[in-house]
Amino acid sequence: MNKKFGIREVVAIGIGTALFVVLTEIQIPIGIPNTYLQPRMAVLAFLAAVFGPVVGGVIGLLGHALGDALFYGGVWWSWVFPEAVVGIGVGMLSKSYKVLEGGFDRGAAIRFNLVQIIANALAWILLAPVLDILIYAEPANKVFIQGAFAFLGNIIIIGVLGTILLFAYSRVAGKSGSLQQED
Amino acid sequence: MAKLLSYEENDTWIHRLSGITKLMFFLMWCALSAMTYDTRVLLVMILISLIAFAVSKTKWQQVGSVFKVIMAFMILNLAAIFVMSPEQGCAIYGTRKVLFHIAGNYDMTRDQLFYMFNVMIKYFTVIPAVFIFLVTTNPSELAASMNRVGIPYTIAYSLSIALRYIPDVQGDFHRIRNAQEARGIEMSAKAKLFERIRRTASIIFPLLFSSMERIDVVSNAMELRGFGKYKKRTWYAMKPLRRADYLVLAGTLIFVICALLVTYADGSRFWAYWL
Repeated sequence: MNKKFGIREVVAIGIGTALFVVLTEIQIPIGIPNTYLQPRMAVLAFLAAVFGPVVGGVIGLLGHALGDALFYGGVWWSWVFPEAVVGIGVGMLSKSYKVLEGGFDRGAAIRFNLVQIIANALAWILLAPVLDILIYAEPANKVFIQGAFAFLGNIIIIGVLGTILLFAYSRVAGKSGSLQQED
Repeated sequence: MAKLLSYEENDTWIHRLSGITKLMFFLMWCALSAMTYDTRVLLVMILISLIAFAVSKTKWQQVGSVFKVIMAFMILNLAAIFVMSPEQGCAIYGTRKVLFHIAGNYDMTRDQLFYMFNVMIKYFTVIPAVFIFLVTTNPSELAASMNRVGIPYTIAYSLSIALRYIPDVQGDFHRIRNAQEARGIEMSAKAKLFERIRRTASIIFPLLFSSMERIDVVSNAMELRGFGKYKKRTWYAMKPLRRADYLVLAGTLIFVICALLVTYADGSRFWAYWL
């Protein structure tokens, strides 16, 4: 994969953001008020794992802000920046996942999930509540409870759906080349 | 189907402003609304927002359904604040005047009520600004004007692609969902949680994979036409910044600075009529 910020990355950010925004529409309630499983998070993690931290971070930032604005008419900034943290975090090891080369195996899946759990913890247990308190002066216990549920919901949906998506896409994408390297 | 806010062509004073002017106004407005808890400033902001909203000739049909969703969110959020932290207002203002007792540990205090009133009107300062920005800004022109003020055109182009492809991807999404529903896959709340994740996956798979293909197709097309070869590019939708743009930018900046001075005049961003 090309290392510099090329045309593919520009387009991936654009269409990835569009996809993220559209998927804002699917919210799966899990029985706790105001907390949902968000399949769009799995797609964000997928795109970050394939295209790297810059693409992941920008999709998180732009996608969340646009999605909020287009669907809800307001932007909750303290939750926009953590989204970028998740995208950057998951994208950090994108080279080692080898999704496009068809090399996403069990080891890569374990690395992917470790990284996503750390990134989500940083984003939703630490950053989002702290920003909520600093920017909006919301009550501390309310925002930490919300953050904890967001963390749980996100690691579940990324862990299940994100991992499956990566396995499936890696299998399909890896097949496209029929050439093999000789020993 | 959720109705999205989208650009609609019209010819008002606000439509004629450059995209970057409206973006800067929107960002400064959000930042100010987030920072200040000064009720006087917030009320002035609401007034200005409403005037701008009227000038932009935005119709209720364009934004009504989204507005109702925001109201529902706002009420949930306020309820959550009160249930989890009924004493937050007292902690912020450092005073406590009980209006009446509710039950258990819950008192309705003047301080909490005033704090929640401020949280509520903060919503109303930003909502008209978001509506105006989204409904009156032409996406292509926004990308052009972002590039003009020094943002690299690759970034501006990403944003332009995102705005351009949202309706397409949304169309794909609805087609795929209808197809899956026609095959008998239940998407509504009737299904169990894990089953719903599995069924959601049956939409996400085709949608994601077709989007990956789209990324290939579009980036190949752009590569063939030499995108990114030069450091600069020209824009079809470019509009020069006019006097009105500079006036709006300067006016907003002055207003934001004054509002912050008023807010922080006593060293705290919270203001209450009894303090």
